[in-house]
Amino acid sequence: MLDTLRLTAEDADRLLREKEVSSAELFAAYRDAIDQRDDELHAFLHVCDDPGGEGLPLAVKDVIGTKGIPTTAGSKILESYVPVYDATVVAKAKARGLKVLGKTNTDEFAMGSSTENSAFGPSRNPWDPSRVPGGSGGGSAAAVSGGLAPWALGSDTGGSIKQPAALCGQVGLRPTYGTVSRYGVVAFASSLDQVGPVAKTVRDCAWLYSVISGRDANDSTTVDVPEVELPSSEDLKGVRIGVPKEMNDADGIEPGVRDAVRRAVDVAAGLGAAVAECSLPRSVDYGVACYYLIAPAEASANLARYDGVRYGLREDGDDFRAMVMRTRDAGFGDEPKRRIMLGAYALSAGYYEAYYGTAQKVRTVIKREHEELFERFDVLVSPTSPTVAFPIGAKADDPLAMYMNDVLTIPSCMAGLPGLNIPCGLSEGLPVGLQLIGPQLGENTLFRTAHALERALAFDFVPERLR
Amino acid sequence: MSAVAWEAVIGLEIHVQLKTETKMFCRCRNGFGSGPNTQTCPVCLAFPGALPVPNRRAIEQTIKLGLALDCEIADRAVFHRKNYFYPDNPKAYQISQYDEPLCRNGRLVVPTPDGDRAVGITRAHLEEDAAKNVHVAASGRIHGATATLVDFNRCGTPLVEIVTEPDIRDAETAKRFLQLLRQTVVELGLSDAELEKGSMRFDVNVSVRPAGSDELRTRTELKNMNSFNLAAKGIDREIARQVRVYEEGGVVEQETLHFDPAHEESPPMRSKEEAQDYRYFPEPDLVPVEPPHELVERLRTEVGELPGARVRRIAETLSFYDADVLVTGGLDRLWSAVVDGGADPKEAANVLANQFVAAGVDPAAVDARELAKLVAARAEIPRAAFDEALAKSGEPGFSAEPYLAEKVVADTAALDPVIEGVLAANPSQVEQYRGGKHGLLGFFVGQVMKETQGSADPRVVNERVRALLG
Repeated sequence: MLDTLRLTAEDADRLLREKEVSSAELFAAYRDAIDQRDDELHAFLHVCDDPGGEGLPLAVKDVIGTKGIPTTAGSKILESYVPVYDATVVAKAKARGLKVLGKTNTDEFAMGSSTENSAFGPSRNPWDPSRVPGGSGGGSAAAVSGGLAPWALGSDTGGSIKQPAALCGQVGLRPTYGTVSRYGVVAFASSLDQVGPVAKTVRDCAWLYSVISGRDANDSTTVDVPEVELPSSEDLKGVRIGVPKEMNDADGIEPGVRDAVRRAVDVAAGLGAAVAECSLPRSVDYGVACYYLIAPAEASANLARYDGVRYGLREDGDDFRAMVMRTRDAGFGDEPKRRIMLGAYALSAGYYEAYYGTAQKVRTVIKREHEELFERFDVLVSPTSPTVAFPIGAKADDPLAMYMNDVLTIPSCMAGLPGLNIPCGLSEGLPVGLQLIGPQLGENTLFRTAHALERALAFDFVPERLR
Repeated sequence: MSAVAWEAVIGLEIHVQLKTETKMFCRCRNGFGSGPNTQTCPVCLAFPGALPVPNRRAIEQTIKLGLALDCEIADRAVFHRKNYFYPDNPKAYQISQYDEPLCRNGRLVVPTPDGDRAVGITRAHLEEDAAKNVHVAASGRIHGATATLVDFNRCGTPLVEIVTEPDIRDAETAKRFLQLLRQTVVELGLSDAELEKGSMRFDVNVSVRPAGSDELRTRTELKNMNSFNLAAKGIDREIARQVRVYEEGGVVEQETLHFDPAHEESPPMRSKEEAQDYRYFPEPDLVPVEPPHELVERLRTEVGELPGARVRRIAETLSFYDADVLVTGGLDRLWSAVVDGGADPKEAANVLANQFVAAGVDPAAVDARELAKLVAARAEIPRAAFDEALAKSGEPGFSAEPYLAEKVVADTAALDPVIEGVLAANPSQVEQYRGGKHGLLGFFVGQVMKETQGSADPRVVNERVRALLG
């Protein structure tokens, strides 16, 4: 009997190669786990049958297009949509033998930090089902954490991979902007969206990143990616770690979270890292405000294609305009509507310069502030989320409180930089996430640092109540 | 008579469909003639997750046009999203260029019989075309339609938009500008620029002001004109209307005049211009276009002598009118070759601009040396044989020799007896002619041509008839 809760992708791959288990048995084991636990967790919106072939199963966030498999983006407006093509990341995964296990739950169009904005109901945190798994990629993090998938693909715009990984005690990478193709991924905010892996270990995470990354002729914003090195080193000699004070002492960081992160930083120093305090004042002060102008502005255009003409939901109307308005009113939930309005307003004639234009300038400042720090440091660290997983419903009626969940993940996203979450301890019995931020294309450094810390911290990624 | 003299202020906005193999942002074929929605893919249908990838060839062609229009080529051009909902616009935004176009600050010098007119080019930029809406109803118009069908084959095909400064002062110059621009685009191999097929479309902005003033008054926009003559007529009519409005103390309102190409004579439909906020912002799915210096210089070498310059050069030999017709008709290169082959310049121009065009032969397919022989012997070849020769002049291996053998009879010793026979058979007409009715000359010539079955040289016949009657 396979223990899918504990089995890493690397372990599973070894079992397959040593013929201790067949691909079909492996796929079936995860299907069984889904049958057992997903009624409670609701990590999946759609579960697939074994397509055959040799390879590991992979859970895929439902904003990532899968040929012949429904892709709803957590929205009613795409409830009936079945893509005719695979996203590049899915095609790459399939080319390496990976098999789509199912589509994981997400806040509608990846807009949210708890999956409570999913049109199909929230997912639940495997550590405590009364709490959220984070978002928007809560389904992927809950699936990996709950042993329903060996690993998963997520997408991250302002923290949607890192924050759920933190709240569920998993490893999640938001890669450098441009290293992973966005082709076939339902767009939220094009200049910020990145696909990345969620896994149980740093090595699994690095491996999946090596599968999906690389320049793509179908995405003009992709770049050549340095060869991915699977980390093995267990010390941190020569690694310079910066601790931005604003991101480690910000208001709203729970004491338990702060303590766990401090302990992890001490462990890093003990492994030979050179640790020093530093500062990212403007990134933290203006990051969220700036993000909530740029991301909704892009979203207002990206979501405009859902007009009922070619696919998805259509509500009839007397003329084109009426049809489009009724379709969008019925198809979108509150959060996409809120962001479409915000974004359209920020781009309007007379307001563009004050809002969108200014936000773009601030974004440049945030980038520069990070670049300067990376002249002195290899990695920056902070908590990923200011809090541990919160109860379902606790922030559902307070969009601003919800937006502040991402205060620590947003700045590096705005700067296009890679960020990795690893679990670093527990607070009130719930996982605390440590965020490691690297320079452009600094994934290998992040993997190396995170791997050494992961070994030293020896965090048990299986939720206590399921052990 | 008006108290003040008025002058028109005219600006043009031209769209040209580029003749690339594939569409602007996807790999679908760019071309006409396939069934509805067969040339489509996730990108041009705006499926979720689809991303645009710019067509390199289209960018190069736009730069080439920019160079031909004497524009500055941007070191960095940016695509923007222009947001609006319409069924032919599947993303609900059009990818276009806004404040950082590929080409700007150019000019096209338009030769006219009264000298050159320089027309400033504000910008030339690249964008994608929309799909085609078909309104399903008896009339085919929006009004009363019960449904709209959309054919996305054209959606996402590359389109260049050229915007002029309001430098044009009369309809005739506007027409010449458009003809010259069309010829430039065709010669550069950018587009077929066929007005009937919509691969070249243009809008005209017209306003008037007291002559000599530099104010810019309210303009009206003329849309959907599919011929240069219709445009000239429309402009003249609109100028006259605006002048009348001002002279009667009225105010010209900003509006759009939609012409119906199927009903040229009917007055255009008018609509108020709705101020629309397109919420332009830089397209985040694309990186800025930064054309390398070497590329721009290579493209510059591919731009040959431009039509305007050729009109001026040829007008030194021929009349301005002939030069203009030859160049804008795409005939001047053949003309030069025919003249080099020994034909008389004026004669060659006449033949090319009239009989040759009527024969519908592709100038590029013609062997100019053979055509030169034909043109040089034109007077000596019967009309019917000459026309036949022209019609076949584009065929591979065409030779003028068989037609040259059919030379007309110009020998007076052979013609005089025939003429004398015709005069003898028509004594009363001879009497009238000698009494001063010289219009009858044609009658006698006609009779002689008939007798000789068209093989006589009409000039010689003319001369001899006159001599023998005199």
